[in-house]
Amino acid sequence: MPESIPVSLTVNGRRVEATIPARLTIVDFLRDHLGLTGTHVGCAHGVCGACTVRVDGAIIRGCLTLTAQLDGGTIETIEGVADSGEIADLQEAFYARNAMQCGFCTPGMLLTAASLKARGRPVSRQEIRDHISGNLCRCTGYQAIVDAIDTVVNTDGVNADSDGGRR
Amino acid sequence: MTPPDSASVRAPIGEPLPRPQSRRFLFGRGRYVDDVAVAGVAHVVYVRSPFAAADITGIDVAAAKAAPGVIAVVTGSEIAEWHDPWVATITNLPGQKSPPQHALALDRVRFQGEPVVAVVAESRAEAEDAAELVEVDYAPLEAVVDMETALDPATRVVSPELGDNLFWRMDIDPPGVSEAFARSTTVVEETFHIGRQTLAPLEPRGIVADYDPAEQRLTLTFATQVPHIMRYVFAKHLRLDEHRVRVVCPDVGGAFGLKIHTYGDEVATAILSMMLKRPLKFIADRLESFVSDVHCRDHRVKARLGLDAEGRITALEIDDLTAIGPFSVYPRSSGIEALLVCTFTGSPYHLPAFKAAGKVVFTNKNVMCQLRGVGMPIACSVGEGIIDKAARAAGIDPLDFRRRNLIPDDAYPYTTASGMPFESLSQQAALEKLAALMDYDGLRREQAELREQGVYRGIGLACFVEGTAPSPAIYGEGGAPISAQDTCTVRLEPSGALTCLVGVSEQGQGAEAVIAQVTAAAIGVAHTDIRVLMGDTDATPYGGGTWASRATAIAGEAARKAGVRLRANILGLAGQLLQARGETLDIRAGTIVDAATGEARMTLRELGHAIHFRTTEFAPDTHPEIAVTEQFSVRSRMFLYTNGAMGCHVEVDPETGFVTVLKVWCVEDCGTVVNPMLLDDQIRGGIVQGIGNTLYEELVYDGEGQLQNGSFIDYLLPMAGEMPDIEVAHIETPTAESGLGAKGAGEAGIIGAPGAVLNAINDALAPLGASVSRQPYTPERILAALGKVPSRD
Amino acid sequence: MKPPLFDFQRAETVDHAIALLGEHGDEARLIAGGQSLMASLNFRLSSPGLLIDITRLDDLKGLTAGADGLSLGALTCHSEILLSQDIARNAPLMTAAAPHIAHEAIRNRGTIGGSIAFADPAAEWPACALALDATIEIAGPAGIRRVPATDFFKGLYETELGPGDLVRAIHVPARPAGERHSFQELTRRHGDYAIVGLAALAVWRDGRLAMPRLAFFGVGAKPVLATAAMAELDGSAGDAAAMGRACEALTAELDPFDDLNASAETRRHLARTLLRRAVARLTWEGADA
Repeated sequence: MPESIPVSLTVNGRRVEATIPARLTIVDFLRDHLGLTGTHVGCAHGVCGACTVRVDGAIIRGCLTLTAQLDGGTIETIEGVADSGEIADLQEAFYARNAMQCGFCTPGMLLTAASLKARGRPVSRQEIRDHISGNLCRCTGYQAIVDAIDTVVNTDGVNADSDGGRR
Repeated sequence: MTPPDSASVRAPIGEPLPRPQSRRFLFGRGRYVDDVAVAGVAHVVYVRSPFAAADITGIDVAAAKAAPGVIAVVTGSEIAEWHDPWVATITNLPGQKSPPQHALALDRVRFQGEPVVAVVAESRAEAEDAAELVEVDYAPLEAVVDMETALDPATRVVSPELGDNLFWRMDIDPPGVSEAFARSTTVVEETFHIGRQTLAPLEPRGIVADYDPAEQRLTLTFATQVPHIMRYVFAKHLRLDEHRVRVVCPDVGGAFGLKIHTYGDEVATAILSMMLKRPLKFIADRLESFVSDVHCRDHRVKARLGLDAEGRITALEIDDLTAIGPFSVYPRSSGIEALLVCTFTGSPYHLPAFKAAGKVVFTNKNVMCQLRGVGMPIACSVGEGIIDKAARAAGIDPLDFRRRNLIPDDAYPYTTASGMPFESLSQQAALEKLAALMDYDGLRREQAELREQGVYRGIGLACFVEGTAPSPAIYGEGGAPISAQDTCTVRLEPSGALTCLVGVSEQGQGAEAVIAQVTAAAIGVAHTDIRVLMGDTDATPYGGGTWASRATAIAGEAARKAGVRLRANILGLAGQLLQARGETLDIRAGTIVDAATGEARMTLRELGHAIHFRTTEFAPDTHPEIAVTEQFSVRSRMFLYTNGAMGCHVEVDPETGFVTVLKVWCVEDCGTVVNPMLLDDQIRGGIVQGIGNTLYEELVYDGEGQLQNGSFIDYLLPMAGEMPDIEVAHIETPTAESGLGAKGAGEAGIIGAPGAVLNAINDALAPLGASVSRQPYTPERILAALGKVPSRD
Repeated sequence: MKPPLFDFQRAETVDHAIALLGEHGDEARLIAGGQSLMASLNFRLSSPGLLIDITRLDDLKGLTAGADGLSLGALTCHSEILLSQDIARNAPLMTAAAPHIAHEAIRNRGTIGGSIAFADPAAEWPACALALDATIEIAGPAGIRRVPATDFFKGLYETELGPGDLVRAIHVPARPAGERHSFQELTRRHGDYAIVGLAALAVWRDGRLAMPRLAFFGVGAKPVLATAAMAELDGSAGDAAAMGRACEALTAELDPFDDLNASAETRRHLARTLLRRAVARLTWEGADA
């Protein structure tokens, strides 16, 4: 009945073998064991979304997921999707629109935005707002973030708002 | 009015440039205090009081000390040997009294969450495990929780050595106010309750303390807005020379005024590092954040407003009551919020008679102090709320009412009835611009049509004044170690790039980018050629830090002045090499050019190389001054006052009490706009915080002083789904205090939004004969106002 | 906020999980998606000695649609339900409910079995299970048994699950022809737990409501099938008189609680409001059948 669990994970394309405490959440594993500090802890109870990472292609809450449960899984963090170029368009849009202030929510926000983009269809501004409504930003008031996501997800410049208005 | 210095206030000032510094956040390469790797770091966890008021009768740490990974378990009395307690009173608000506060509680706890015992372990998890084993025996005392009865003789005194529960009171009581009310044709009254809040930056408080016993130097890597103030506070109370303490700010994940105060757990972490000679990390978790971060608001304000037959204000009277917990918070004191309520309420308007009384009392709840907006959101809600009530009573449209009563734009300089010397505001212009921006008349027509269909929409207006960029009058002259000046050093590097060092710090507002833009404009280079360094007391000039909307107005002006002087020095030096007079040269896009023809003469890199490596090319008596330092502070008035007007459009569902905020508009005047994109989003961010304050946020304590909703599950913060798009526009009335002409803007959004939302809700409810005045305006409160459910207030 | 110490074991089979539960008794907790359990562990509100990970149990996976209805393995996550065409065709109430559950990152991990077993009185799936007259398939020491949702939820976080039991699947019977649905919940913010919610179904035929099913949540210790209100509406046209009787019956049969969001009285008021809105939708002549 071990307290220490061997796990084998693929993190940002790299194979990681480790023996970890049973109680270790994936966000703490990434931050404290792998030095991947781009994923943040804002609440540790699943509300703020700062700890958003991808497991097997789907975004999850890093603070509500035990590392031990992810044995054999594929983890992607902000560092991975940024360095691979996968989210370059979102990064550029966030940069140009200043869609962040303190930056603490930004990695989680980008991964959440990427999952909306992956749906591959135009969305309304309200859909963007609802989609990111599990990610708390205390600084921006969200509008800059919605603007930035809008320009990337609705690439033809027309979103799904009935009035066609952008902002 | 003196126009801004046109030679230095030019592009890129005014351009909506993205922040170069933001790229690191987009790659997950921000470095916040919890990300900083320190060899050998151990972790501190605090055992906190579960009681609001109790005597500590015994502490047993034996089991905790024996737990795996534990390095030390330390009580308040052991910590107390290493520091002097602090008392937060400032002398220019006379009459304040507050008990001495230690880093950890000694023999008595005075609020739930007060730190009592420190546990140091190799990991945070082990420290938490051991903290559960610390046995503290408490003898609970009656908790003082109701501010309305805090001063009653029957109420227990929170700190008996003080004699009573009054922290401070203030009165503005000139003659003639009751006569003015007596002459009024309409008098309305309302009692406003503004619930207790906190501002919950997404990154919790945190500190890494690293004491080097060999050099006797304490290095604090610290999520703070005010590195120099914290260096002073820690040095003074830890009995260290100030130059032996270094405060370094890494990236800071939001602050909103929360990270300018002295927290016992942070002080104790530094002490423990000195005791144990180890680097130690304390990162507050979210639950302890709620019971230990400063709270704000929690005011009860009674307001009375009189009108004459023409709908002009005759008199305003307010009575403010607030409770700050058991301690005034160091080093600013906890009286400023009441001060600003009592001085800013009604301040956009010409008030022929004005009276205000403020009482600040002690209770056994968590401490309260200044957070973003500091009293001004309350002043705006109360002032704008009572004005709409009066307008409704007199049958005057709220826009028209404001037109009749705003201080006219040609009346400045103007001193308010509360004594505030306004330099130059644009209230009428802002209101008219707002009315056009939101299509006020169109909204009113739509509102009437929709009411026919049973849809209840409301339109709310709020005019506001913001005090920004404080002078020394508010803290420094009251004895608090809070610098109102900021200093900037700009230097030319051999590469031709520029380095700019400033005392203000960055928590995401964009101070770094704004300083770069101002300096770039002053010198004549691209903002990307400037590296701005901030947040390190060993390297950056002494300054007050970032709070009270001061970074752009104060440090920006210091940067402008330094840039102007460095530019002159550069041109003089270039003139020597080019055999031209400096005045005939200019710097454009980083190149020294002939001012008349624009012909390129020399790059800054070429000059930089000559200065640093071939000094012999200059006259023998020339010793180039290519690092220039300038300082600036506001002198002639307590604040640089700004103004604005906000409009809010809501829909209220009278069956559920739910409010949908459809849209918000803001017209704001902060003088010279340095970066409109960053500015607009500062205002939007503040507005959304204000909407959250208004609709969702209230820290609820029970009768025993226990916080009932101290988590993100129960304390609701605004998320994207319910927030509206916000349109922002500006009027630019530069201040003549500085050559830059910029005033502050960081708090405008949170100041105006609550009043605009309140008035919009009440406008929607008016045809139903209902109104609300207790913030947050929750569905249940709205249903109760409509008579559909019983009130629980 | 780190979880307390516990041991961890991956169950290899359902029987293995049941055996581990038997061996460790109250000390053991099952963990699937963990989206409620992990928060309570981080808060140190619970401190199990052993977590038994059931996320690898193939017996608890899969979603099938047949003539007799739908079967959802307990490990079916909220996102799969949201996106499933089978569910959209066979139980569109669930498709309507799924977006109300928290946010995508939580829906990707949280499971229907976990939601049913945890039985939060303000959660969506227990109410949907009641409204849909679903059956909960339980695996336990004595084998497999099926319990109607109407019997499964017993009290605050209390269900038919005994020691050693786990939820294996949820079975939703085939829907009657012409059934309409309305799913509503009142939350202060998108994705929060409901202050009051209502999962409603009825057949609307010839201007009459038939077989109405009204499952309220957030109004008591467990989700409530409002049988008295249902009886008032059954066979009615959903007109003002019937609504008046139904609201009166509803007021009598709900026993809500006070919390920071709403008093019991407010909850009753909101429940009546949702009932009126649900019936308006179920009887709307413009609605899709």
